[in-house]
Amino acid sequence: MVALPYLWLLLFFVVPFVIVLKISFSDIDLAIPPYKPLLEWVGRNSLAIKVNFNNYAFLFTDRLYINAFLNSIKVAFLSTVLCLLVGYPMAYGIARAKPATRNLLLLLVILPFWTSLLLRVYAWIGLLKANGVINNVLLWLGVIHDPLTMLYTPFAMYVGIVYSYLPFLILPLYANLEKMDWQLLEAAEDLGCRPWQAFYKITLPLSRNGILAGSMLVFIPAVGEFVIPALLGGPNALMIGRVLWDEFFSNRAWPVASAVAILLLLLLVPFMMWYQSVQARESAGAR
Amino acid sequence: MNYRSSYFILTCLGFGFAFLYIPILSMVVFSFNASKLVTVWDTANSPTLKWYYSLLNNEEILDAAWISLKVAVINASGSVILGTLAGFGLARFSQFRGRFTLNAMTTAPLVMPEVITGLSLLLLFVALEQLIGWPAGRGITTMTIGHMTFSMAYVTVIVNSRLATFDTALEEAAMDLGARPLKVFFVITLPIIFPAILSGWLLAFTLSWDDLVISSFTSGPGSSTLPMVVFSKVRLGVSPEINVLATITITVVTLMIVGVSLWMSRMAKLDKAAA
Repeated sequence: MVALPYLWLLLFFVVPFVIVLKISFSDIDLAIPPYKPLLEWVGRNSLAIKVNFNNYAFLFTDRLYINAFLNSIKVAFLSTVLCLLVGYPMAYGIARAKPATRNLLLLLVILPFWTSLLLRVYAWIGLLKANGVINNVLLWLGVIHDPLTMLYTPFAMYVGIVYSYLPFLILPLYANLEKMDWQLLEAAEDLGCRPWQAFYKITLPLSRNGILAGSMLVFIPAVGEFVIPALLGGPNALMIGRVLWDEFFSNRAWPVASAVAILLLLLLVPFMMWYQSVQARESAGAR
Repeated sequence: MNYRSSYFILTCLGFGFAFLYIPILSMVVFSFNASKLVTVWDTANSPTLKWYYSLLNNEEILDAAWISLKVAVINASGSVILGTLAGFGLARFSQFRGRFTLNAMTTAPLVMPEVITGLSLLLLFVALEQLIGWPAGRGITTMTIGHMTFSMAYVTVIVNSRLATFDTALEEAAMDLGARPLKVFFVITLPIIFPAILSGWLLAFTLSWDDLVISSFTSGPGSSTLPMVVFSKVRLGVSPEINVLATITITVVTLMIVGVSLWMSRMAKLDKAAA
């Protein structure tokens, strides 16, 4: 019974990575498809394997790629921290609300997640641009006299990422906090703990798995994010997902794009495994 | 248990929800703005429905929406079947060969950056075409396969977590009374997990309807989806028609979500009343 989904994922999820790996070792060619085969018949009976590491060497010699990798990690990390700062109090507030309010608030968190990401990112262009809503309001209030440049800056990109990924952080965190025994907090306060101390000593450590799961759901996809930097970040927003996209679509350098994908994957696999083990712990604790 | 929340938490909730909803509301408001500048309100001629008319006469957007709809429906139906099977297998059989791999393969697509999935799928399709001649070129079929691959992972998670809280005594009772496993599945299990399957279908539909990156990699000439058309328009700046499109999307999604959750809470109440 599980054979069908199993084979499907094997063919369309795992095998493709093998092909990406293969193409990342082949030469660029001016042909369709634009790469040379790895295996070639040399003469009559000998098969030559032409593996070259040029694409990888290229990635390490050109500063552009290394900078893009480092910048993507930085952006994803900071966005995760910002998401936590905004999302943790929200998840906490929802988990401590009355059951009826709780469902409504949860619905309000999920709703934006169901409307198109592209359209929600687009909304920020209208808010942030020079004659956009935020500038108009600030000018009208007299807070500023010249419009601020916000669109096509790193600031816009962070706003876009935090905004888009916030539900992914709140939901697992809420699921974790909801199971919390709040009497522990009361006990701590009865014994003389201040609310902040009780939070720091009890709530925070107990919600560790929720924090980790939510952070991974933000961090991992954010590293390879393409849409948000492309729309809000401006031409200087160097993110690796965008580099891969441009290599593929603009330069038709498929082997280079494949090498970028493989390195990105190698970078993210440890985090993915971490996420899976956190998930396993969470569901083991739930039963 | 007490439900008191500090003012700090309430403020955070207020700001958080404002952050989530102000962009959405701004699109709705400006979809009625007559000015082509979108965010500069034209008091003389607004509110107006003129961009609604112009969207509904935009052939490019309508064609793309039709393609997106086809892909989304096939994708949702296919991934519900695959995802339910996988979720059922993972929830019910604690030991089978490949359980670990299946678990990993259904978790990874949830977090995998889309550029990687998209690129790898395209390279697979190109390699397959060279090898066996299928798929001949790329288009709706290849896009749908790509969407199903990541959508089914979401369905698997939903079905799996629903089955984790499922009382197996019901199935055992049915089997004790002589029902065959297949009959038990269709008469007992399926109706009980139906809400999860429905959520999975809707989620898979939405994921496909919204997807830009995987579609861009796996589509072919003449099969641009709605997000692809929107993206190319939005890259050039704001457009009043996109605000209209957003407003329509938001309205449909809100009605759908509210409808489904009302229906589900009624079902839950009926369940409780019956128990």
